[in-house]
Amino acid sequence: MIKDPYQEGLAKGWKVVDAARLETDRDDEADVVIVGSGAGGGIAAEILAKSGLRVIVVEEGPLRSSADFHMRESEAYPALYQESAARKTADKGINILQGRCVGGSTTVNWTSSFRTPPGTLDFWQRQFGLADYTPEALLPWFEMVERRLSIGAWPVPPNANNELLRTGASRLGIATQVIRRNVNGCWNLGYCGTGCPTNAKQSMLVTTLPAALELGATIYYGLRAERLTLAGDKVTGLECVAMDAAGIHPKATRVWLRAKHFVLAGGAIGSPALLLRSAAPDPSGQLGRRTFLHPTLVSSALMESVVDGHAGAPQSLYSDHFLDNLPIDGPLGYKLEAPPLHPVLFATTLQGFGEGHAALMKQFRNAQVLLALLRDGFNPASRGGQVRLRDDGTPLLDYPLDDVVWDGARRALLTMAEIQFAAGAKKVYAVHEECTGWDNWAAAKEGIARLPMKPLAMRVVSAHVMGGCAMGTDAGKSVVDPRGRHHQLGNLTVADGSLFPTSIGANPQQSVYGIVARNISALAASLTGTPAAPLA
Amino acid sequence: MPSRRQFIKTGIAGGLLLAAAAVFQKQLDRMGKQALVAGNPLDPSLRTVVLAVAPVMLRGSFPVADPDRAAALERIAKGVALAVGALSAASQKEVSELFALLAFAPTRIAVAGVSASWDQASVADIEGFLRRWQESGVDLLKSGYQALHDLVLGAWYADSASWAAIGYPGPPSLGQS
Repeated sequence: MIKDPYQEGLAKGWKVVDAARLETDRDDEADVVIVGSGAGGGIAAEILAKSGLRVIVVEEGPLRSSADFHMRESEAYPALYQESAARKTADKGINILQGRCVGGSTTVNWTSSFRTPPGTLDFWQRQFGLADYTPEALLPWFEMVERRLSIGAWPVPPNANNELLRTGASRLGIATQVIRRNVNGCWNLGYCGTGCPTNAKQSMLVTTLPAALELGATIYYGLRAERLTLAGDKVTGLECVAMDAAGIHPKATRVWLRAKHFVLAGGAIGSPALLLRSAAPDPSGQLGRRTFLHPTLVSSALMESVVDGHAGAPQSLYSDHFLDNLPIDGPLGYKLEAPPLHPVLFATTLQGFGEGHAALMKQFRNAQVLLALLRDGFNPASRGGQVRLRDDGTPLLDYPLDDVVWDGARRALLTMAEIQFAAGAKKVYAVHEECTGWDNWAAAKEGIARLPMKPLAMRVVSAHVMGGCAMGTDAGKSVVDPRGRHHQLGNLTVADGSLFPTSIGANPQQSVYGIVARNISALAASLTGTPAAPLA
Repeated sequence: MPSRRQFIKTGIAGGLLLAAAAVFQKQLDRMGKQALVAGNPLDPSLRTVVLAVAPVMLRGSFPVADPDRAAALERIAKGVALAVGALSAASQKEVSELFALLAFAPTRIAVAGVSASWDQASVADIEGFLRRWQESGVDLLKSGYQALHDLVLGAWYADSASWAAIGYPGPPSLGQS
């Protein structure tokens, strides 16, 4: 029997509060209130709790743990993802996969772990004054989170969906590498995206959050952080509202939290939105701006033999060939990866309907799919998106798909189709409303060159949201300083992917872990007067 | 986020029809609100549209003869209602407005171009409507098509009854009781 860490922890008195079940308003207080329980909030919670500080974590989503994870998309998307895995940009041109549950996106991500690429850090040093964001200075922090979260090379052979990336790429002289994963005793099932049923994935859900709870931290879940109350250059409190049991509509019940310090880790859409709702000072005008997504293109191939992309570690190989061999601030480069293939994700992503769609679905087991993640935010024309608020105060990301994106998209589709044909594909489909598939590379080359690049015709997806509270040394050009401290609000620290002044150019979870570990350790030291306790 | 009013405005670039749409505003609002009643899995607008559109959207997978067809219609109507109920409040509102607009005869005819009622519309009528919206130069119609696409196909393949046909074995067993 697989042990459920929360069933055991709750039995011994962990302080975990389901806000949907609160019958009256309540006040609570801690040394530090952390908004969000994902990659940033989880790391912050453990470091601060270990340093002897009283911590409250606020999570809008539900608490689900291994006993609830049945590897079913029908259960996982509504429960664990923002907007039921159908979060869209303002013009609906990009579908965003983002977690909303205890553990945040780390509960549902595909475990791919990369240190922040040196080229990205170099750009940050040159462009944003982030002088101590060097690979050398960050190395001990990356190593610390690698120890804490069992991040390492994945020794098991890749599944066929990933192996075909390597096969095709190597025939074209394109190098691929093995992805490092944050797993411990992984069963190689392939269901990371629906919540790990075996607790092998070392997400925040099973690592830092239980550690913080053991040290007396409190987690409120089903609780939306509505607005910070501000007085001069200080945050005096956080007003929260309980969500209904389904987690969709706010109820009347309120929770008022007070703390010496507030840490924002609600993700790169949620954190800027909370500051916008709170009317936080924004003299730079950068709050909620320069939000990056790694806009991702999808290419689906039909192979001669069975691929079974639903089985086995979802991501185990990648190629940076089209990042490393392009100037970082030139036309957008792209990282190549493979996704897991499950029926709902596959069926909704594939274009078309009726018999054409049904015919593709009948070849489900023979489908091989590649992803190309565009590195946005470096080219001066790649300015990303902007987080705005709807009338009901919920966030909406406006990310215009412009020529700089479409240029990258077309090149990425060409690359993926060429690799898939080199790997033996019988047919390749760009995921575009007008694409009916190509039988060979020459036809694909010609077809992709002519595909009209328009939102809602060319399907674009994203699983990485970054920016919107960019860090920098110049308060006139950034929202927070290089340690994530808000330039204007003295007791507020941002600790999630919204810090990043560009995209990462790699799956961002480890960048969040490492950078937040360093920043929050500095915060813990300043709050306690003694060096922060290491994570591992 | 575009409201239904903008939806109509952009969908029909004509002053006359715009005025007509304003006349229907009250009725559409009422239908949209009805659909938003929480836990109303068989909202009449949604059901009317889904029962007609789903078999066409799923043509090639959807059973053609009863009793399988009747059972599949029930499953897909429930599945789409469940999927809508799981969306964010803002998306639920938009989707409810979309179903209200499609279910309401004057806007069904004017915006969707389907003259027969949904239960009388032919496969060709419905396919033509889906095709027009899919290929429309108007983003709002295109996104309306994609909402139907994602809801119907998502609900269908979320259902374990649809897995055998595509060879998906379902989640593996963890070997515990």
